[in-house]
Amino acid sequence: MDYAREELLACTLARLVGDAAHVAVGAASPIPATACFLLRAQHGRPRISLLQRRHGNPFTEGSRELFDLAGQGRIDVFFLGGAQIDGEANINLVGTGEYPNVEHRFPGSFGSAFMYFTARRTILFREEHSARVLVPKVDFISAPGWSPPGLWRRGGPQALLTGMALFSWQADERRFRLESVHPGVTADDVRANTGFEYDAPGQMSSTPVPTAPELKLLRGPVAQEIAANYPEFARRTWGLAA
Amino acid sequence: MDALPSNETEVLADAGAIAARIPDGAFVALPPDYSLVAMEVVRALIRREARDLRLLGVPVLGFGADLLIGAGCVAEVETSAVTLGEAGLAPRFTEAAERGTLRVIDATCPMVHSGLQAAEKGVPFLPLRGVIGSDLTRYRADWKVVDNPFAADDALIAAKAIVPEVALFHARWADARGNVWIGRRRELATIAHASKACYVTVEALREGDMLEDELLAPGVLGSVYVSAVARAPRGAWPFGVAGEYGIDDAHILEYARQAKTREGFARYLDAFVLKRAAQPA
Repeated sequence: MDYAREELLACTLARLVGDAAHVAVGAASPIPATACFLLRAQHGRPRISLLQRRHGNPFTEGSRELFDLAGQGRIDVFFLGGAQIDGEANINLVGTGEYPNVEHRFPGSFGSAFMYFTARRTILFREEHSARVLVPKVDFISAPGWSPPGLWRRGGPQALLTGMALFSWQADERRFRLESVHPGVTADDVRANTGFEYDAPGQMSSTPVPTAPELKLLRGPVAQEIAANYPEFARRTWGLAA
Repeated sequence: MDALPSNETEVLADAGAIAARIPDGAFVALPPDYSLVAMEVVRALIRREARDLRLLGVPVLGFGADLLIGAGCVAEVETSAVTLGEAGLAPRFTEAAERGTLRVIDATCPMVHSGLQAAEKGVPFLPLRGVIGSDLTRYRADWKVVDNPFAADDALIAAKAIVPEVALFHARWADARGNVWIGRRRELATIAHASKACYVTVEALREGDMLEDELLAPGVLGSVYVSAVARAPRGAWPFGVAGEYGIDDAHILEYARQAKTREGFARYLDAFVLKRAAQPA
């Protein structure tokens, strides 16, 4: 069955979220939101705190409430991206070049420097998989991938999903491990487009493609839910009007 | 000691009158795009050629800030991000930051909230978890690592109190007493509590006292914090006001497209800001 790349990524993220009880989705994250609504359509969980939600928003104190929830340990999974992500899972959302004299300026760090510590797990997600994004060392650490012993930290990275592949995070080695490549991508493609070192198994797996039941849910109730909050994404992915 | 503000809320004629109260160089706190930006005042600030504003994003900035930056009204932003959401990068912010014509003080969202909460409590700082190890801390003299006084070997990051000169936002109603109904957007109350002055445009002015209505009262910002209000129907446009009108997504996408170039931005300003009134009915 044909599927869109966004659908493959959403199904993969849904598997990573797994049986989490409470997931928070930050600004401008339509694919992670799609993954969470797919899980809800399948299993009736997790609770989704969607900062972007236009009607029936879960918060009555804005984003501050999201951070307070995370600070208390009430958020199991959060998603973060990165204009640059390095092999130690540091993320840069600020800019390239010698800060503050940035060459390319990105929007900014948002809540990353807090959420990466306080959410129980963070799934790193960036569609572009290139040596420009996946760098040996980020130019600016918006949020560090790990912290020295003795410094309080509840959570950290779980995995890194890109448009080409899925990596797991090995906390003890502070290193990513290539878990699977998406259909049509080879392990060599991943190596050629990744700027940092990582571990890879001898026998490469392929990322599971969306199943027919998953696609039916995605294109039905999930698409409707997403269109209400991410109209532009729903229009591009499923041809839906808001 | 600074003079205490008057306890009476003024009712001003319109958004332009509020823009006139915000002096050049003021440190102005703004909510994010989804949380009631006083867009009509933003447009009035551009028309009055405001200069050297310092914008605080609580905790991020968006379309309103991008307009002000592009129009040359802003010297500095202190914010956790500047974004147009689904419409992508804020083009005038991005160019100004890359050219070095705008000073950017990078933050992370909960540190902004904590700084304002410290100010509303009247304490010098509030501590927070996380953040230590981020490069953000290298550039913030107002963030300091402190020891937990109740436990050994437990470092936290302290956010210095943030006291904006002006809190500026839009709301659905104000009443005759100067109370403002912010509804579920109670984070706006924190901005108002922390700031020296608070200016609010509203969709409508109501008779009576909303604090006497038990259902409205929990969403009310009391007039003690409100310096002045002015009526500005559709004053959040192209953003929405829940229960009144929705967000104009197409307009924001169109802005993002036009404002990619300075020429396109100038045309946008001309059509939708300087020539006034270009809101669809």
